[in-house]
Amino acid sequence: MILAAAQTNPGFLSPSGVGVAFLLVGLVTLGAAIVSVTTKQLVHAALWLVVALGGLAVEYLLLTAEFIAWVQVLIYVGSVVVLLLFGLMLTKAPIGRSPDADSANRPVALAVALAAAAALVWVVVDAFSTTWIKLDGPAQGSTGVTGEILFRHWVLPFEALSVLLLAALVGAIVLSRKKPEGERD
Amino acid sequence: MTTTTLAVLVPLLPLLGAVAGLAVGRAAPGFVRPLAVLPTLAAAALAVVVAVRQGGNTVIDAATELTPTGSVPISLGLHIDGFAALVAVLVGVVASCVQIYSTGYLREDPRYPSYAALVSLFTAAMLLVVYSGDLMVLLVGWEVMGICSYFLVGHYWETPEARSASLKAFLVTKLGDVPFLFGLFALATDAGTFRIDGILSTVASGGLDHPTVVALLLLAGVAGKSAQFPLHTWLPDAMAGPTPVSALIHAATMVAAGIYFVARLLPVFAASAAAMTVLAVMAAITMVGSALAALAQDDIKRVLAYSTIGQLGYMAGALAVGDRGAAVFHLLSHAAFKALLFLAAGAVIHAAGTNSLTAMSRMSGLAKRIPDAYWTMTVALLALAAIPPFAGFFSKEAVLVAAEHTALGDRSPAPAGAGWTVLVAGLLTALLTAAYALRLWLRTFRGRGAEAPDHGRQPIAMTAVLWVLAVPSLGFGLSAALLDDWFDGEALTPTLTTAVLGTGLAVAGGAVTYAVWRTLAARAVPLAGIPHVPHPDADAGLVEAEALRLPHPAEDPADPGRALLGPLHGPAADGFHLDALYRKAFVRPVLAAASLVRFLDREVVDTYVRGAAGTAKGLGWLVRRAQTGNVQTYLSALLAGSVVLAIAAVAVANAFAGA
Amino acid sequence: MHLAYPAVLAALLFCVGLYGVLARRNAILVLMSVELMLNAVNLNLVAFDVWLRDALHAGQALTLFTIAIAAAEIGIGLAIVLMVHRNRGTSDVDRLRDTAEPRQGAGAPDESTDSTGEHPGEKAEAAA
Repeated sequence: MILAAAQTNPGFLSPSGVGVAFLLVGLVTLGAAIVSVTTKQLVHAALWLVVALGGLAVEYLLLTAEFIAWVQVLIYVGSVVVLLLFGLMLTKAPIGRSPDADSANRPVALAVALAAAAALVWVVVDAFSTTWIKLDGPAQGSTGVTGEILFRHWVLPFEALSVLLLAALVGAIVLSRKKPEGERD
Repeated sequence: MTTTTLAVLVPLLPLLGAVAGLAVGRAAPGFVRPLAVLPTLAAAALAVVVAVRQGGNTVIDAATELTPTGSVPISLGLHIDGFAALVAVLVGVVASCVQIYSTGYLREDPRYPSYAALVSLFTAAMLLVVYSGDLMVLLVGWEVMGICSYFLVGHYWETPEARSASLKAFLVTKLGDVPFLFGLFALATDAGTFRIDGILSTVASGGLDHPTVVALLLLAGVAGKSAQFPLHTWLPDAMAGPTPVSALIHAATMVAAGIYFVARLLPVFAASAAAMTVLAVMAAITMVGSALAALAQDDIKRVLAYSTIGQLGYMAGALAVGDRGAAVFHLLSHAAFKALLFLAAGAVIHAAGTNSLTAMSRMSGLAKRIPDAYWTMTVALLALAAIPPFAGFFSKEAVLVAAEHTALGDRSPAPAGAGWTVLVAGLLTALLTAAYALRLWLRTFRGRGAEAPDHGRQPIAMTAVLWVLAVPSLGFGLSAALLDDWFDGEALTPTLTTAVLGTGLAVAGGAVTYAVWRTLAARAVPLAGIPHVPHPDADAGLVEAEALRLPHPAEDPADPGRALLGPLHGPAADGFHLDALYRKAFVRPVLAAASLVRFLDREVVDTYVRGAAGTAKGLGWLVRRAQTGNVQTYLSALLAGSVVLAIAAVAVANAFAGA
Repeated sequence: MHLAYPAVLAALLFCVGLYGVLARRNAILVLMSVELMLNAVNLNLVAFDVWLRDALHAGQALTLFTIAIAAAEIGIGLAIVLMVHRNRGTSDVDRLRDTAEPRQGAGAPDESTDSTGEHPGEKAEAAA
């Protein structure tokens, strides 16, 4: 890979078309995520989350991981966000602006997050400033490729994961079941 | 049984009696009296058998080493010569008398079982001291006596006098015991053994390197135990104990131990002329001072206590002139008449309901109420005043003869100056002794005033013992000629010069006292308001305990002692202010040091302790403040910490990479 | 494409999620932020998998697993939040403070169920 990086050394400020697209979508994703965690309207937060997750799916596509992108759309955008909206509804979350959406911990959270961001970005840029991804050639995450590796090399974890999902299913049902009157857990 | 076995049994029997008495005391009160009296009686009988078998001239020396104890071996040893045999007989007899007397005296005392057991233990310890052939074993008995005296003097611990007296007795004797212990170690290091015969042979061959140091250290312990100046102050206060205990301590056990110890190791002391001189001066001061103090006391038992100190001074004087035969002779005869005096005084206190001589001098007919005590006490006082042919005359003459010989240079072991000191002090004390003995007798039995109360006859256990002890007080001195063989073989019979001088002075002292008493008594005004015990008909022990708490009547102008002493009376009655001096010199600094230590402990050390506790508590408080229960706060702190760690790790890695 | 692009984006998304977890009051919003963080990790996994051209495609496989686990997590998490809401009438994270150190003599009565156990210890400490 270092060899590859040495061979093709395009300028840092002359990105390819994919790079520009990635950058723009990334900005949208990041903006949506920021709005999602700062907005005072709870339902809007969930909707902005949809934008962010969708943006991420586009990024996966740009990274040639098609299968993951569709799974992202299916599971996150299609089910997780819907679940979250249901949760908001069931906990009688207020529609409209709620001034107390953020806790008193906000300044500390901001400081920690900024410090973490600064540290991580510094380290990542420091480490990968001269590294390039070669996206030409066959797609690396097409459905065929993914299915092949998943059922050839990752069968056992895959099956174990199914057990975990079953357990989560059972757990969720047990937790959300309404208890008969007078019975305590 | 061999003589050695018998001798081992002598201290062992009272010890077993004491253990058994303590064990069954509560459970079976019926056994307490036999357990107290019989072992002591048996020990006395065995001591007599041992003395007869030993015969006075063959030294029995037996020892067994239980276990190796390092450089200087310690063995369980017996060393029985004539001194040991006779003193053991004396201890056994007096202890038996005291035990029998106590059965009557403390008839209804609830603490009689423990009392009797302690007396038995006391006896056993003294017998151990007497027979022991090893200084370490001797020290065991010596210390056991110290603790027993503490318990017995404090028998009436409900009264503050008894409590402080027992503490004082313990502390003052301990004050002497510490140098005593050092002296024993120094002696054993010099001689290479703790065995008495080994030490004596070392001394005989001149192998002692530091005789003066050793002798002076040992003398401190002896002064403490035998109540010699300046450590005598515990003895008069020890009168707060029951009368039989006083008899036991004064006659046979505790105070005799010091004299006996010096007699046993006399060659060690004789090796140092300085020690002998110190002993002589000590004895002289003790003799004269205590006789003056005895003349001024109002408490009958305190008079006897000071007289004991004076008589012990005679013994110490005899030792200071190098004649241990005379010393132990006087020890034996003094034990007989002093035990008698104390036991009779117990009967007197019981009958009179007070221990104050002034109060007794305002009672008539006390002699008729207690004829046994009257007659036996008269005998004993005559013996004390050294009137021939009573026991005290012969033994005191032996001391004076020895002092005279030394003073005139007839004998070598002690310096002539010591001889003169002892001789002059002894003659002066003879005069004073006769004076206070007669004063005691006159004021007790020749009082004028109201009739003494009638409490019926004394118990037979008490009166019989008085007569038993009256026999040696009367006749023991006549055996002086026979006793030579038991001791060092020097003649103990009196010589004409000292006999005439001593007796003449005693008679003169008595005559002056009588004359003064007659004059004053004619002019005396009977005063009312004699304090009395609340329960005069109770048990003798109880009467005495209550008498302890009575205030002494105001100064009586009819007291001959007052007229005789003149301006000396005040200081003499107070023991020449020695207690006050000790209070100023030792007690105050110790108390000040104690309060300083208390301050350091409370304010300095505890500040650190409290500070440590407070710091921990404050830190805990701070940490508890952090426990808000808000998960987000916790998580923030956790993540902030992780970020800091990550940055630190990266920075360090970069720094190393840069280097 | 420059590897720094996805890496930096992932880092920033992660930190945004972090901020959300720490700052949001509603438990469901906290769960959303957790999803953001998980997605940041997923993006990293995919980007590095593509960069390394891994024969086993471990990054993509793990991303799939993460998505599955995230789905399970959101299900269980929502169930818990719903139950808490049902029992306590609120799903605000900063009002669920049963584990707080009780203030001396001023413990709220409805929160004292498990704090009563600490009172004897405190009294003993005060007495000492």
